Amino acid sequence: MMTTLTKNPAASSDQRSARPGRIRRGGLRRYGDLKIALFFIAPAMIGFVLFYVVPTIRGIYLSFTEYNILGDPEWVGLDNYAAIAKDPLFWNSLAVTGQYVLMNIVLQTVLALGLALLMDRVAKSTLVRGALLLPYLMSNVIAALLWFWMLDYQIGIVNQFIEWAGLPRVAFFGSEEWAIPTQALINTWRHMGYTALLIFAGLQAIPQHLYEVAKLDGASPFQTFRKITMPLLRPVLVLVLVVTVIGSFQVFDTVAVTTQGGPVNATRVIQYYIYQRAFTESDFGYGSAIAVILFLILALVAFIQMKFLKGNESDLD
Amino acid sequence: MTTTTSRAPQPAAARRPATTRRRPFNARRAGAWALLALAIAVSVLPFLWVFRTALSTNGALATQSASLLPADFTVGAFMRVFGLQSPADAVAEGGSGAAIDFWLYLRNSIVFSSITTAGAVFFSAMAAYAFARLRWKGRNAVFSLFLGTMLVPPIFTALPNFLLIKNLDLLNTMLGMVLPYVFMTPFAIFFLRQFFLNMSREVEEAAMLDGAKHLRIFFQIVLPNAAAPIATLALLTFIGQWNEYFWPLLVGSQDEVRVLQVGLGVFKSQSPQGAPDWSGLMAATLVSALPVLVLFAAFGKKIVNSIGFSGIK
Repeated sequence: MMTTLTKNPAASSDQRSARPGRIRRGGLRRYGDLKIALFFIAPAMIGFVLFYVVPTIRGIYLSFTEYNILGDPEWVGLDNYAAIAKDPLFWNSLAVTGQYVLMNIVLQTVLALGLALLMDRVAKSTLVRGALLLPYLMSNVIAALLWFWMLDYQIGIVNQFIEWAGLPRVAFFGSEEWAIPTQALINTWRHMGYTALLIFAGLQAIPQHLYEVAKLDGASPFQTFRKITMPLLRPVLVLVLVVTVIGSFQVFDTVAVTTQGGPVNATRVIQYYIYQRAFTESDFGYGSAIAVILFLILALVAFIQMKFLKGNESDLD
Repeated sequence: MTTTTSRAPQPAAARRPATTRRRPFNARRAGAWALLALAIAVSVLPFLWVFRTALSTNGALATQSASLLPADFTVGAFMRVFGLQSPADAVAEGGSGAAIDFWLYLRNSIVFSSITTAGAVFFSAMAAYAFARLRWKGRNAVFSLFLGTMLVPPIFTALPNFLLIKNLDLLNTMLGMVLPYVFMTPFAIFFLRQFFLNMSREVEEAAMLDGAKHLRIFFQIVLPNAAAPIATLALLTFIGQWNEYFWPLLVGSQDEVRVLQVGLGVFKSQSPQGAPDWSGLMAATLVSALPVLVLFAAFGKKIVNSIGFSGIK
């Protein structure tokens, strides 16, 4: 999904009450708009309740049941969770996803930060940013197929280059050790420019005069980067990390299109495992329980990132 | 053209911040440009390679796998994608010969993306108006709840949503595909509310003094004034919906509602034993990407400028 990020979504919601001239009317008909508000919000509310609230509750409920889609869900308490704790395929999917996220996020963030700094120095043009954004506008399926072809063992262009360099060909999708790094590289390729643009927007928000003062004080470029750019960019970087890590954990499309969990279990990431349990094996209770665990992991990861990287504090104030 | 080569920019970038802004030329600037050019090449060149592949025949691809120009130029792959090639010709060029109805998938993709975009943007605008302009008890609490849904991973709601659509007997119908998206997206509500809050309300207040009702103000003042951000939002939503894969895969696996993204996966797995139909697959990939490429060519600036942080201050 395309996202625009915000630091504190609720912060601006009260700004209207601060306006003079509104207060008078507000006093006259306090909360008087409820009826018309209900009308305006009704369609969105239907979607919100039917496709977000109810499924969230139902998903948690299903995780405590055995349900194979035929018949009714049967309450089994914590059985699914107990089984998951002993399920080697689950632990494997967790480990595989972890590797994927780590490789993807480290590489992508480092590259994006570098690109954002480069853009900030030499090229702010829309054309440059547009070119870098192009992969992100393509679907995961297209990104996966494009690299599936370019990385083909026999006649893929990348393996041609590798051979010209005098190295042995690489089975990017076919070997257990390369399958996950390859998936991570594909996602990095797709998100690198987009992430760079987000960081670039953060760089633009750093007041220019700070750099000028630093220059007058004789700060070296490296000092400026460490003492000005990084601290002031931190809130943006944390937000970028939270969003990209959460997205990265939910890798599915590229795996479904290319390796389908294989070779062996090398790319059976969490979401693909959930999909298999629920839809291929019709085990909705078990699938839902893994989905609940994934949900908790994501909430925990986001919380830890916000807490320890202090993403909600800015040094700009 | 590997992604690994683009590892280079970072350390170099870290070493040279905040310098040489106004100098016409020096080695650092040239180096920075070179790295940037490399990143752009890595982002864009694969698409040219796909294009070149789509204009080749499969037999020639195997023997001239590194030639920059199309190997044995032909538009057969595109004809194959659109079902204009006879099965015999298709097999001769390395296709599977099986019929695949790309026109149908194309139509489904357009219908799916258009309906969900129109619905989500319009209904989200209505909700955003209620959150930004109307006073009612619990407004901020409800808004926070809506925002909270952005954090729920799609896979988590996908299972129960699938069951709901199944219980409603709407599997493999366009209605079942669009329902979860058509009423709103949390992002759309957030995006438009933010814009409405920053919009001057003078005209609206004048209209209100003249006795105009909220419905009229919404349709005649707010919507026209917000045309630009609504267009941007519609663009972003359409592209996102066009690229959607997981939900259409679950709910629309049958031909009559299958969208292009799902169709591409099928096309890939249809190649007979032996070499895959690379040129056909790449032609299909390009066709699937084309609408987004066209939108990007036409509205690139809008899209690029929308990527950033709204409301950070």
